[in-house]
Amino acid sequence: MSLSVTLTINRVLQTVELDDPRVTLLDLLRERLDLTGTKKGCDRGQCGACTILLDGRRVNACLALAISHEGAEILTIEGLAEGERLHPVQAAFIAHDAFQCGFCTPGQIMSAVGLIGEGQAGDDPERMREGMSGNLCRCGAYRGITEAVVEATRSMTATTREEAA
Amino acid sequence: MNRFEYVRPRTVAEAVAAAAQPGSAYLAAGTNLLDLMKIGVARPARLVDLNSLPGLDRIEHLPDGGARIGAQVRNADLAHDPAFRRRFPVVAEALLSGASAQLRNAATVGGNLLQRTRCAYFQDTASACNRRVPGSGCDARGGENRLHAVLGWSEACIATHPSDFCVPLVALDAMVEIEGPAGLREVSLRDFHLLPGTTPERENVLAPGELIVALRLPAEAAGFAAHARYVKLRERTSYAFAVVSAAAGLRIEEGRITAARLALGGVAAKPWRAEAAEAALAGVTPDAASFRRVAEIALAEAHPSGDNAFKIELARRIAARALSLAAAGTPERLPALPASPFAPVPGGLHG
Repeated sequence: MSLSVTLTINRVLQTVELDDPRVTLLDLLRERLDLTGTKKGCDRGQCGACTILLDGRRVNACLALAISHEGAEILTIEGLAEGERLHPVQAAFIAHDAFQCGFCTPGQIMSAVGLIGEGQAGDDPERMREGMSGNLCRCGAYRGITEAVVEATRSMTATTREEAA
Repeated sequence: MNRFEYVRPRTVAEAVAAAAQPGSAYLAAGTNLLDLMKIGVARPARLVDLNSLPGLDRIEHLPDGGARIGAQVRNADLAHDPAFRRRFPVVAEALLSGASAQLRNAATVGGNLLQRTRCAYFQDTASACNRRVPGSGCDARGGENRLHAVLGWSEACIATHPSDFCVPLVALDAMVEIEGPAGLREVSLRDFHLLPGTTPERENVLAPGELIVALRLPAEAAGFAAHARYVKLRERTSYAFAVVSAAAGLRIEEGRITAARLALGGVAAKPWRAEAAEAALAGVTPDAASFRRVAEIALAEAHPSGDNAFKIELARRIAARALSLAAAGTPERLPALPASPFAPVPGGLHG
């Protein structure tokens, strides 16, 4: 079997030759495609720094083999803004100072985008904190992160309502 | 991570044939397997990828009232399936108390049953571990063992099974459908995992090449939907394995319990069904004193395997709390922190 994998990454279809089936999605993004926005923290599914959207769902890129995801659609932090226009979650993180060192931030933001898409937490901060528990922040910026996710949820829900009207 | 051969079968028959060769492992999401491969605990020569197999990702609600869940169904999809959640709320609560949202989006039903223990000595290749290297000894005995087993352990191994999902499943008499070189067979989840005895390396009844294709919940399991809860004590609020947990289901008619289910997690190498406690609940008034009494029965055979005597009393209290919460009624909507023992008990039934 050829070890190539075809993926749609940030809306661009790409075929990547793999010399080794051991490559994770995280290493594929960072080491083969220079998409270093997705961070490698623990590399064991414990910190959430590598969170990406895989077919629209947030997952840990460190615990997914690239070869196993033929045909998948991947969205990383690099693909979130539209040109200069930040995604509402990105804008809310800046507005609420939801980071200090910033290492966990891409994972936090991708996880929040996934959380809002899942629609299970609403804008209840308690449900949101539980829903974000797979993303650790060593600087302890959790308060700002929660505020940012609440605000982004509210603004995105309002926008959806306006679009529907 | 060791090098391995990668195989992508298109049918279950192809998968079973490929995995029957020595050194093979099935790859579902890989959330546990890849982690263990990175730390050198799992070293498969061949990975048989299940992600291209058709038909294993369906949740079927059967005409008889039971449910059949394909092995490749993701944990989050099962927990959020409205019909499944309504009929088996205790299973949804357990699923949502496990791991993180990212992991639940990836991890599969079949893989959950095959999770390896989180014993630190099993995970550390420099330590002696009879489960990882048969006959090498057990560094958990006399080591850091406050979270280890209090039921069903042996001198060879004191590890626990980490699954939340399996705890209500075993309480509800789930069946495991298994395809293998010799055809399809079914095993009750109660008999699926093995206690360590002198062969802790044998963790379940699967033979080489055998593949879990589905789980089934019988129609009677839905009969507990109105009074069913999972309670899980963790060392932090979220995203942690259970220190101890309990799944409880009751049927209550005219103020008396007519049927009860109780299982414990975090206490043994398998999800622990507490049948004697269930029997003692029949005909009983659902109150705190009764629940405390049957919790004693559930833990009657428990004994510490190290610095973990506290887990026995803790398990009694978590079992009693799960029964009290179940008696109070399954909530319309799961709490913000699923399975948290710190939620108040409605109706004054304090465990």
